[in-house]
Amino acid sequence: MKNYLKYIGISACVMFLSCEPEFDDQVQENDIYVSGDADFSNFVSVGNSLTSGYADNALYVQGQKNSFPNTMASKFALVGGGEFKQPLMADNLGGLLLSGQQIADNRLVLSVVSGEPSPEILAGTPATEITDKLSDSYNNMGVPGAKSFHLVAPGYGNPAGIATGQANPYFSRFASSESASVIEDAAAQNPSFFSLWIGNNDILSFATSGGLGVDQTGNLDPTTYGPEDITDPNVFASVYNDLLDALTANASGGVVFNIPDVTNIPFFTTVPNNALALDQAQAQGLTGFFQAFTGIATQALIQQGVPPAQAQALASQYEITFNEGPNKFLIAVEESQENPFGFRQMTEEELLLLTIDQGALQNSGYGSVALSPEVMQVLGLLQQGGTPTPQEAALVLDAVNPIADKDALDTDEIQTVQAAKESYNATIEGLAQANGLAFVDVDALMEEVSTTGIVYESGIMTSTFVTGGAFSLDGVHLTPRGYAFIASEAIRSINATYNSTVPTVNIGNFGTVTYSDKVQ
Amino acid sequence: MKKILLLAALLLSTSAIYAGGYRVAAQGQRALAMGHAGVAVVNSAETAFFNPSGIVMLEDRLNVSVGATAVISNVKWQNTATGEYSETDSPVGTPFYAYVTYKINEWMSAGLSVYTPYGSEVEWEKDWSGSHLVNNIDLAAIYIQPMISIKLSDHVSIGGGPIFVTGHVKFNRNIDQTLTDEEGNRSNVTIEDSGVTSWGWSASFTVAPTDDFRVAFNYRSKIIVDAENGDATFSNIPDSGLVPAENGVKQFNASLPMPAEMTIGAAWQMDEKWLFAFDYNRTYWESYENLDIDFVDPDVADSKNPRNYKNSSVYRFGAEYLASDNIALRAGYYYDQTPVREGYFAPETPRNDSQGFTAGLSYQVTDNIAIDASFLYVRFKETEASYDHYIVDGEQVPFKGTYKSNAFLPGIGVTYKL
Repeated sequence: MKNYLKYIGISACVMFLSCEPEFDDQVQENDIYVSGDADFSNFVSVGNSLTSGYADNALYVQGQKNSFPNTMASKFALVGGGEFKQPLMADNLGGLLLSGQQIADNRLVLSVVSGEPSPEILAGTPATEITDKLSDSYNNMGVPGAKSFHLVAPGYGNPAGIATGQANPYFSRFASSESASVIEDAAAQNPSFFSLWIGNNDILSFATSGGLGVDQTGNLDPTTYGPEDITDPNVFASVYNDLLDALTANASGGVVFNIPDVTNIPFFTTVPNNALALDQAQAQGLTGFFQAFTGIATQALIQQGVPPAQAQALASQYEITFNEGPNKFLIAVEESQENPFGFRQMTEEELLLLTIDQGALQNSGYGSVALSPEVMQVLGLLQQGGTPTPQEAALVLDAVNPIADKDALDTDEIQTVQAAKESYNATIEGLAQANGLAFVDVDALMEEVSTTGIVYESGIMTSTFVTGGAFSLDGVHLTPRGYAFIASEAIRSINATYNSTVPTVNIGNFGTVTYSDKVQ
Repeated sequence: MKKILLLAALLLSTSAIYAGGYRVAAQGQRALAMGHAGVAVVNSAETAFFNPSGIVMLEDRLNVSVGATAVISNVKWQNTATGEYSETDSPVGTPFYAYVTYKINEWMSAGLSVYTPYGSEVEWEKDWSGSHLVNNIDLAAIYIQPMISIKLSDHVSIGGGPIFVTGHVKFNRNIDQTLTDEEGNRSNVTIEDSGVTSWGWSASFTVAPTDDFRVAFNYRSKIIVDAENGDATFSNIPDSGLVPAENGVKQFNASLPMPAEMTIGAAWQMDEKWLFAFDYNRTYWESYENLDIDFVDPDVADSKNPRNYKNSSVYRFGAEYLASDNIALRAGYYYDQTPVREGYFAPETPRNDSQGFTAGLSYQVTDNIAIDASFLYVRFKETEASYDHYIVDGEQVPFKGTYKSNAFLPGIGVTYKL
């Protein structure tokens, strides 16, 4: 009897294991979604930092796990998608070592500095040594820092070229050989489906340098470009065409992304250009200063041989009036015959960079005037009708402290960047159409993020720095939530193009910035 | 007998209980095999649970029933809009019971019962999509009840007694949908308390107009179990002054109702071989309004989780057939209404309407000892459900999806009569 019961028990248990509840249509059993005309079995993503999952000024494991192609691949897995391998970093610090020397900072986290939330560098010694080669091939071919033409450059992963800027430390970790190019390694994986998002750095490095680089439009030889230059649109178009040729060779399809406008990125929109807050006395004082400045400037120009009437007209541009409340900062421009003292007040649309010294803006007259006691003395003398000595006059002229070119994007620079962006985007959209590819208008999406915001179940995602949720602490790259949004939009576009029904992403399940006081 | 007591003691120490709502009806293998209908059935010490007034009607002087059930439950969740999917990997629960009745004289019997009517053990995949609501829960309550039953006449008896409850709870969920530490580990909190005690009572009566027909009524009171100064352990909280929590242990208070249950039922001994039973249960779940976790430290925000259950009914049908002198076969069915209202479907008690299909048998080993086996298969309808009362910045953030569950409960027990 006892044995008999035991056998009943055993057979019953075997039965239970095979009696799991089943949905009528199971997400996991391929019952619901279809891949349509696309084949997601081998998905390869090519691009720059945005493809790699770079965030908070570093590439780190959690960022990579939340990269937009990895999120897409997790959905593709429901319609026949295979494994999506990524060249994971060694840790969540994100710093890079080259032969033991740290060559890239750890990631930023949100800490508190004198009571205020502030992005700071996470403390710790990074473990990612770029000379430790990874031997596998990787579906995520996103290489932080890559410009369009870098992807086709042989030797872009050659460790010997890193010090001279000829090669990229991130690519050198997983390049198949010293002479390999990114696109060659991507194409060698014979992707059945691909994503390509490239061109951002072709303008962004110029913009984030405050426009210090050169607009290389007209120069068709990218080997002569500096790191902060804007790539010639024809070079971009030609490279982009080559990239698509390589990727579409055997693929069932792909998705391409265009370039967002820099004016929608918090790196350029967080520090307002009119943060010169003055009370009435300060405003009067500054206005008085520039009246004095104009007088001295007129004299100085006359002394240089400029006819008095012309000198007065030229100097009158410096007779700037300040008002109580917010005022626009002063910005440095090239000294010229039209602007002999090389500064002016910022215009409405001009932008300050996130990296500007905000303490100097608030406390030391950066962007306006450094009013030292000596300068005040000269101003007092002028007010009493006195005549300053040449040395005293020079003190006044030198007190003007305009914002340096590297800290701002002026109107011309913005126009230069936007012209290049328009040209690249026309190329991307045109080639997407010509090749029948899915297209994601990131430019329009980021415009939406920065104006109306993106509403999701548990909130609204905007481009506001730190709190908006879309952008990470470097102000340029996205948060996991921002990348999830890109993944979701890419899937939408893919579904529309390839008659697939890949499920989209709940962006509320993805985080934004990491809080920590473990900072350097 | 000694061994059996030892077994019961062992089971007491493990006390892992069934998933899927926290009323677990497995309080006797004979009744369970008949759809857990037993309020008017008087044939073993199981009556001590179903109907204390019935024990005086038991023929033998001493009756003992002990048993345990293995609860194997599975819950799956998916969201077809996002392709998210998860399933539970809950440990096997083991509700148990031990009943003793003793006939003091012809008109009075005493009894003692130990049973586990409420419990829940659900373990979702860690950090699954609903992890801001629950990762895992382990809840168990053990009822210990002495009782007296008095025969008022040949046809009517009454009975009842106080109930002592001891329970424990362990519950883990993530702090919110996204917060992590510097390494990307999700921030979470575990609340835990054990040795929580409380008191209640039950009372019943039986009317037997004829020898072969019986009607009975039983009421078990609501018992609120208060956890006081339990441990709430916060883990993987980032080291940051911007996060209003820190790693470590905080004290919490919480209370959970074990709702009152009313049962009315009838049993008909058709002939020497056939017995039929019907029970109607009404469970007063309205007492389960909120699952609130109040932290003693005023700096830690309390967790308010509306449940807003409604009273619910179960309809139970069972039959027994004496196949031979020593073998009794049983079968039954029940329909169990969910107490969960629309928009309140929380994944720590993923319970919608269910149907139970039961079967079992008893084998009379000697005149005194019988072995009872039962088997219950619980089938839940596939259901689209959501929990709408998770609040972020004052906005409701629904957690939606499709749920599909089932459970298997094989059980074994021993009946002893002297």
